[in-house]
Amino acid sequence: MSRNTVAGWSFILPNFVGFAALTLLPVAVLFYVAFTNWNVFGVAEWTGTANFRRMWNDASFWTALRNTVYYAVFHIPLTLAAALGLALLLNRKLRGVRFFRTIAFFPYITSIVAIAVVWNQLFSPEYGPINALLGAVGVDNPPGWTASATWSMPAVIIVGTWRYMGYYMLLFLAGLQTIPAQLYEAAETDGASPWQRFVHVTLPGLRHTTFFVTVLLTIESFKVFDLILVMTGGGPGQSTLVLSQYIYQKGFEENQFGYASAVSIVLFAICFGITVIQFMVNKRRNS
Amino acid sequence: MTATDLATPVRAIAAPGKHGTSARRVRSRGGRLVGYAALVLAAAGLLLPFFWMVVASLKTNNDVFTIPITWLPDPVVWRNYVDIWQRSDMTTWLGNTLLLSVIVTLLQVFTGSFAAYGFARVRFPGRNVLFLAYVGTIAVPWQSYMIPQFILMSKLHLSNTLWSIVAIQAFGAVGVFLMKQFYETIPEELSEAARVDGLSEYGIYRRIILPLSRPALASLALLMFTTTWNDYLGPLIYLRSPELRTIQLGLNTFISQYNAEYALIMTGSVLSVLPVAVIFLLGQRYFTEGIASTGLKG
Repeated sequence: MSRNTVAGWSFILPNFVGFAALTLLPVAVLFYVAFTNWNVFGVAEWTGTANFRRMWNDASFWTALRNTVYYAVFHIPLTLAAALGLALLLNRKLRGVRFFRTIAFFPYITSIVAIAVVWNQLFSPEYGPINALLGAVGVDNPPGWTASATWSMPAVIIVGTWRYMGYYMLLFLAGLQTIPAQLYEAAETDGASPWQRFVHVTLPGLRHTTFFVTVLLTIESFKVFDLILVMTGGGPGQSTLVLSQYIYQKGFEENQFGYASAVSIVLFAICFGITVIQFMVNKRRNS
Repeated sequence: MTATDLATPVRAIAAPGKHGTSARRVRSRGGRLVGYAALVLAAAGLLLPFFWMVVASLKTNNDVFTIPITWLPDPVVWRNYVDIWQRSDMTTWLGNTLLLSVIVTLLQVFTGSFAAYGFARVRFPGRNVLFLAYVGTIAVPWQSYMIPQFILMSKLHLSNTLWSIVAIQAFGAVGVFLMKQFYETIPEELSEAARVDGLSEYGIYRRIILPLSRPALASLALLMFTTTWNDYLGPLIYLRSPELRTIQLGLNTFISQYNAEYALIMTGSVLSVLPVAVIFLLGQRYFTEGIASTGLKG
């Protein structure tokens, strides 16, 4: 073995031991456990595709999957637009933008429990300020938010978007700063309106950032969990039950590790598949 | 606050575009005004929940929900901040969380930066494949392998100990990735010169690279500290005994126990946010740099 190989490995090893044991190994084991019947104390019993066949007929699984897609379909574009809008606004030379950038980032560093409990108070159907405000502007029948099966998911999506937009805004801001100012000047000399400059200079310049943000945002949406668990507990009924939470329920509350792992594989496959598709689409667009 | 609220003003400024200089001046003044209005609106939307949290924590319980809404506490009930310590295990919760956050941060910073040096500055066969394994796991949601990981930790008798959280948080790919990005911006000539002078790779890492990477190390430390401090799911799964609870778990049990004590719940929330908020404000620059350069989160 060459000296470089020894040196290289010696640097990586302290981290790699932990990484291999606690991340790589569990990911590999997942594909075995999913084909077994297993609880904490027992032994794994190979059951082939039984878990997957059970999942196919499991109405709760489909509800969780549908709700996860519901969350993602609204959370992704909303957050993308809000983050980009904030970034454009805060990229301008206005007094106090630095202060505002800090503020925008604040929800992201705040703990999920604090956020959930505050928003639950704000959303309180009878006494909360949000419905008071809606009442004041003439909404006769304000939503029941987290107390209503119809409005619980929108409520969760609003909070999710509020929490994460500052984070993605930061990525957009970094992207905006890489667009050369000359491009804007040239466009302006050519008589391009600000809207045209946005479409023909800003958006193409942000393409890589937008791609990266979309990938991150998609993974984040599909693994949503803590926010929902603390805000609604998946309810009312199963109206906000999502995949991650269903995995948690089956695995840690009901000790059905094999079945929970099978559901985990679905979550894994979705995130992996979407990432691969996004990369392929991006590659084709670039070439 | 939706995107259209924010984006519209920016576009609206655009409309009267291609006229003479006087029109442009008016436009830019008007644009500035619209810009500030949008800023204030956005800030209000972002801050309202925090404002509510602090104000409610200083109210009497009966005053939290009143119609019409009172936006300032009257009387100001500082006692809530004394009461919460007496009625909950705040000290234990904060102590556990602080301990975990510090240990995880130190381990991430040391092993992460060390491994990143190997990936960024030492050439050896298999390096790229190995790094691909690190990057690949970033796209795998933790929720999808938390079950096999839990089984493994149970077999190792680490579940229901604080070590379990250290183990699952401290060796993630985040630190390696972030530090590698940074090391690649340091000119290779520096290392070459040091090699000619007879320094070993470890010497180069310690005497040249580490002192140069203070800002990146600070970014990583801040990211890891806040991630560990705010983690909910990890402790929920692994820490079953009450004396092991972190602030997130503790606060949540407090909420379910005293669910009608609105003011006190808000007091607890403020206390759970405060330490991270202070650290964030102190190291804000490093924090945002770290995220902007990698786009990674814990």
